[in-house]
Amino acid sequence: MAPLSSAANCLVRNEWVCPEFFSTRSSQLTDALVEHIWITVVSVLLGLVVAFPLALLARRYRKLEGVVVGTTTAIYTIPSLALFALLLPATGLSQTTVIIGLALYSLTILVRNIIEGLKSVPEDVRESALGMGYGRARQLFGVELPLALPTLMAGLRVATVSTVALTTVGSIVGYGGLGNLLIQAVDSQFRAQVLAAGLLCVLLAVAFDLLIVAVQRVLTPWSRTQTRTAA
Amino acid sequence: MLQDLVDWYADPANWQGEDGLVNRFVEHGLLTVTAILVAGLVGLPIAIWLGHLGKGGLLAVNISNVGRAVPTFAVLLFLALGPLGSGQLGPYGRAGAATLVALVLFALPPIITNAYVGMREVDRDTVEAARGMGMRSGQLLRTVEVPLALPLIVTGLRLAVVQVWATATIAALVAGPGLGRIVTLGFVRQDVAQVVGAALVIAVIALLIEIAMVGLQALVDPVARARRTSAADASARAVGKTL
Repeated sequence: MAPLSSAANCLVRNEWVCPEFFSTRSSQLTDALVEHIWITVVSVLLGLVVAFPLALLARRYRKLEGVVVGTTTAIYTIPSLALFALLLPATGLSQTTVIIGLALYSLTILVRNIIEGLKSVPEDVRESALGMGYGRARQLFGVELPLALPTLMAGLRVATVSTVALTTVGSIVGYGGLGNLLIQAVDSQFRAQVLAAGLLCVLLAVAFDLLIVAVQRVLTPWSRTQTRTAA
Repeated sequence: MLQDLVDWYADPANWQGEDGLVNRFVEHGLLTVTAILVAGLVGLPIAIWLGHLGKGGLLAVNISNVGRAVPTFAVLLFLALGPLGSGQLGPYGRAGAATLVALVLFALPPIITNAYVGMREVDRDTVEAARGMGMRSGQLLRTVEVPLALPLIVTGLRLAVVQVWATATIAALVAGPGLGRIVTLGFVRQDVAQVVGAALVIAVIALLIEIAMVGLQALVDPVARARRTSAADASARAVGKTL
C-alpha cells in the first residue's frame, strides 16, 4: 500500500492519531496557534498592567487591600463561559470580550502575588534604602520590585499557564485560538483535530512556563544558586 | 437591555422544560455533588495517607501543575468522542458520563494538593510529642494530624467545588448537560437576554457556593479565622484557574 493512501485512511477512519492531519491542515493549525498565543499574551500583559497599580494602591491604603482582593476573588469565582457571556452586551462577539475576561482572571493571581511579594521585602532592606537617600520611586523600582520578583514571577507562571487553557473557551464568541478547532470538532467529530488541538494547548502552556522561568533566571541572577521553588 | 433581562426571567417558558432553568440547574447541581463526592472519596484517603507517610510530595505538586495546563474543553471533547460517548446518562443528561469523569478529574488536583500540604504542615513537634505519648500511627492520624489539617482539607474542597461548578458549565460546549447549555443555546439563537440571563444565574450561584464554603471553613476551625486569608491565598496560588 502506498504511504499516501494509508495516511489518508487515518483521516477517513477518523483516528485519534493521524500524522496526515498535520500536513493537510497546517495553515489552519498555524492560524489557530497564532491567535491563541496573541490572546494569551495580550490578556496576561493587560492583567499585569492593571494589577501593578492596584497592588501599589492596596499597599498604600491598607483599607483598599481587602476591597481589591475581595473583588478580584469574586470575579475569579465566575466560570469563564458565564464571564464571557456577561461581557457580551458590552463588547459583543469580539476578541475584546475574550481578552477582557482572561485579563480579569490573570489580574486576581497577579495582584495577590505582587502584594505578597512587596510584603516579603525585609524592613531592614527598606530602611537601608531610605538611609542611603533613596526616593520613593527609586526604592520601589531599585530595591523592592527586584526582591518581590520571584513571587511576582511565580504568579505570572500560574496566570499564563491558566490563561493558555482558558483561551479555548473563547471559542464561544468565535475567538478561542486552538479552541476554535475544538468547537468545530463537536459537530464534525473529527478526532485527530481534538487530539492535535489539545496537545498543542498543553505544549504551548509548557513552552510559556519554561520561557518565564528563563526570563526570571536572567532577571534575578542572585537567586540562581538557590533551588527552583515550585509555583 | 435591562428590560429584556427582566422579561426573560419573567417568562415561565424559560424556567420550564428540558432547556429550562429548573431542569438545567438540577442537572448542574447533581453533577457537582456527585463529582465532589467521588473525588473526595478517592482523593482524600490518598492525600491524607501520603501526607501521613510524608511521601509523594512531588506527585501532589505535579498533578496540580498538569491540571492547570490541560484545557477542560479538550478533555470533555476527548471523553465525549471516545469510548464514553455522549449518550444520555439518567438524570445527568446528555454526555453525562463524559462530563462526570471530566469533573472528577478536575476536582482531584485541589483536593489532593491541599489535603497533602495540610498534612505536611502539621507542626512536627506536635507530631513528635504525640508519638512520645505512645500514640500509634492510626491514632496519631485520627486524633492529631487530620484535625489539624482540616482547615486546608476544607480549602481544597472549597476550590474543588468552585472548580467543578465551572467545569460543569463548560460541558455545554460539547452539547452536554447543565446551566451552560442555556447560555450556548442563547448564542445559537443570538438571544442576548438568554445568554446574559443564564450566565448571571451561573455566576451568582458560583459566588454563593464560594461564600458558603468560606463559612464552612470558619466553622471547621475557629482559630483559622485569623489566618484564613493567607491560607486561601496560598492554596489558590497552588491550584490556579483552569476554567
